[in-house]
Amino acid sequence: MLIQILLSIFILFAIIRLIVKFKKTDAKASGSLWLLFWIITVVAVWVPDFLTQVANLVGIGRGADLVLYVSVVVVFYLIFKIYVRLEKIERNITKVVRKDSLKED
Amino acid sequence: MNIYIIIPVFNEENNIQTTLGDLKQYGYTIIVVDDGSKDKTVEIVESMNVKVLKHKVNRGQGAALQTGTTYAVQKGADIIVHFDGDGQFLAQEIKDLIEPIKFENLDITLGSRFLKENKGMPWLKKYIIHPVSRVINTIFTRIKLTDVHCGFRALSKQAAEKIYITQDGMSHGTEIISQIKKYGLKYREVPVTVIYKEFGQGIKGGFNILKELLLGKFV
Repeated sequence: MLIQILLSIFILFAIIRLIVKFKKTDAKASGSLWLLFWIITVVAVWVPDFLTQVANLVGIGRGADLVLYVSVVVVFYLIFKIYVRLEKIERNITKVVRKDSLKED
Repeated sequence: MNIYIIIPVFNEENNIQTTLGDLKQYGYTIIVVDDGSKDKTVEIVESMNVKVLKHKVNRGQGAALQTGTTYAVQKGADIIVHFDGDGQFLAQEIKDLIEPIKFENLDITLGSRFLKENKGMPWLKKYIIHPVSRVINTIFTRIKLTDVHCGFRALSKQAAEKIYITQDGMSHGTEIISQIKKYGLKYREVPVTVIYKEFGQGIKGGFNILKELLLGKFV
């Protein structure tokens, strides 16, 4: 029970922060995704069977396993995104270095 | 005709003097692009009265080549030759690469180590690394060539204005070839001699190139 209350407080805090940020910026799409994520999380915290039912729907035995699999996929995707971002930064550094070397002339 | 020779260098103090000495006999305009060397490369080049463009930090061979090429185009070069600083290539063969551009209206010529008997090529390269690279190269560029990543090539001014190297590392060789296809440039492979001093790109280097190429598709 205690874990449910603690998690709920944390999620509530996250949602409040999200809404505050929501009002300041234009990132509506990513903000909505996060809101959806937290709503699903709060449902999963209070109705643990919910995740198991979803897991069963896609052929996975336990809700916890579903969370683990989805997390692994998300983490890999994020690593890939970071790689691409890094490559962009590298190319920008090259542009700056090139400009500098040509300016000296 | 303004012929510019672009030489990217990184910590090349042991070879650059000989390379430049050979090149100077031919009267081309030589541009060395120092890619952030930590040794005496820049001092040696400057003492030989050769123009040096300096990258403050190391960015890779592809990046250095693009810097030199951009500079040459700005200075009104008619033909731009990419050449190595480590003495792998022969200055006397530059004319073989520029003549088809000069007289036959080609856009770009690419040196090939396989159209000529090149002694001393390590067998691992000859029979494993190069054949595999050729297949990968063909997949990425849709142009079938006898050689991949031979850094010896010549570009007409028009080709140099169109081709832009974004791959800073060693995969620029493949990138240039895919841009030849993209812009429909007229090209030809020309036999060149390569003197093997070091092993160069090994299997790990090959994987790096593949990684760069794949990642480049998403940037």
